[in-house]
Amino acid sequence: MSDVKYSKEHEWLKLDGDIATIGITKHATEMLGDIVFTELPEKGTSVEKDGTAGVVESTKAASDVYTPVSGEVIDTNQAIVDDPSKINQDPENSAWFFKLKIKDPSEIETLMNKDDYDKFAKETSA
Amino acid sequence: MIKKTSLFNLHKKHNAKLVEFAGYEMPIHYKDGIIQEHKFTRSNCGIFDVSHMGQLFIYGKENLTQDLENIFPIDLEKLNLNQSKYSFLMDENACIHDDLIITKILEGYLIILNAACKEDDLRIINKKLNNKYDLQLKEDLSLIALQGPEAKNILEKKVEGVSKLKFMNGGNFKFSDINIFITRSGYTGEDGFEISIKNNYAEKFVEEMLSNGSKMIGLGARDTLRMEAGLCLYGNDIDKNTTPIEANLKWAISKNRIDTDYPGSKIIKKQIQLGVEKIRVGIKPENRVIARGDTKIFSNDDKEIGKITSGTFGPSVDHSIAMGYVDRQYSNLNTKLFLEVRGKKIPANVCNLPFYKKNYVKGEINV
Repeated sequence: MSDVKYSKEHEWLKLDGDIATIGITKHATEMLGDIVFTELPEKGTSVEKDGTAGVVESTKAASDVYTPVSGEVIDTNQAIVDDPSKINQDPENSAWFFKLKIKDPSEIETLMNKDDYDKFAKETSA
Repeated sequence: MIKKTSLFNLHKKHNAKLVEFAGYEMPIHYKDGIIQEHKFTRSNCGIFDVSHMGQLFIYGKENLTQDLENIFPIDLEKLNLNQSKYSFLMDENACIHDDLIITKILEGYLIILNAACKEDDLRIINKKLNNKYDLQLKEDLSLIALQGPEAKNILEKKVEGVSKLKFMNGGNFKFSDINIFITRSGYTGEDGFEISIKNNYAEKFVEEMLSNGSKMIGLGARDTLRMEAGLCLYGNDIDKNTTPIEANLKWAISKNRIDTDYPGSKIIKKQIQLGVEKIRVGIKPENRVIARGDTKIFSNDDKEIGKITSGTFGPSVDHSIAMGYVDRQYSNLNTKLFLEVRGKKIPANVCNLPFYKKNYVKGEINV
């Protein structure tokens, strides 16, 4: 079992070797409401830490999705493009957004663990 | 200070997410979320707190009808008692200061105004009437909308006779021991009712409807429902820069008023005769991308030809939907357009409004 890390932009990251699976947190989906549209990065593109790597739109508003670490996009989850409501149903598991071959493992250390993220999410939404 | 409606505590009890809207703290959605609330209204019966809207009562005999015809472009002489019509408050340039529903009542008229405009409207209307009449913008009344195919059955259980009302007609009814005024109308594309009731009975009334199977619906679903129904939202799709003709709402100008006098009448007549430069159309993007208000619209040959005024995902049509203004030559059905969303040009097509059409029960006319 690998550790899950969290960003201040409400993304989660699961590391398996040098492959990171990234999605948005349950807390993010609760703030967004019903998600109706998703845009994901192209496979093969390079993304930079904290840069935009997709869009989610709910019935209320559009939000950028940021990548918490740099790397090359090696896979994207077409299922959430075809049916964006899957993100609300299972945000931190089957509704992952994209997978990266990470560039710099030390970037992971800047991210939060679950307890810190939960605390952060609670404070920022209060 | 932010205002609260008489149903504020009920909203909190139902875990509403509250937002400020037109100076009021209003529910945007409850725990089920916008899509579920939207679908429940289409299949069953939703309750909407629309108490932030203005309920303006104008009383007076003799020349009131004539004086109001000098303000509104509709045939009030022909309006029956308790009949409602959609209309506009316009300026001399025929630009829309508000859109409203006017209902003939005993000894006067009831006008339902948008929350953000109501104080201004009161001042404008009173001035145009030379302060001759008794105008009351009632703060002691709540306004509750019941919308959806089950609305008539649920309301009839507590308010006998209400299901006999025709669409865009109203009447006085009893709830428990108090008088309430109900019109059969709405803003969702569904059959439904709007109930004007004393503030201190509003919560009790809503609780009765909830216990009969209705559910609370927030402003978020109200917006997706009205957009699917092709209805304008004041401040988005119509405002002080648009005329009713440009907004494709010519049907709301009474035919026998086109040659008569009211604010903006000369411009309305000219626009009907010569056409308008820009016109509101329905627009369907070819994929799921949502084109929200202010999205730029381009023609097939990449000319900027207009702007989106409202856009969302329509839960019942399962499609991204929008409306906006385009140069007239691009307003024909199925004209190919491109919408600039986040730097990309998204293909779209001009389409018929409404996006969602209800089959009304016989004898009930949707106007």
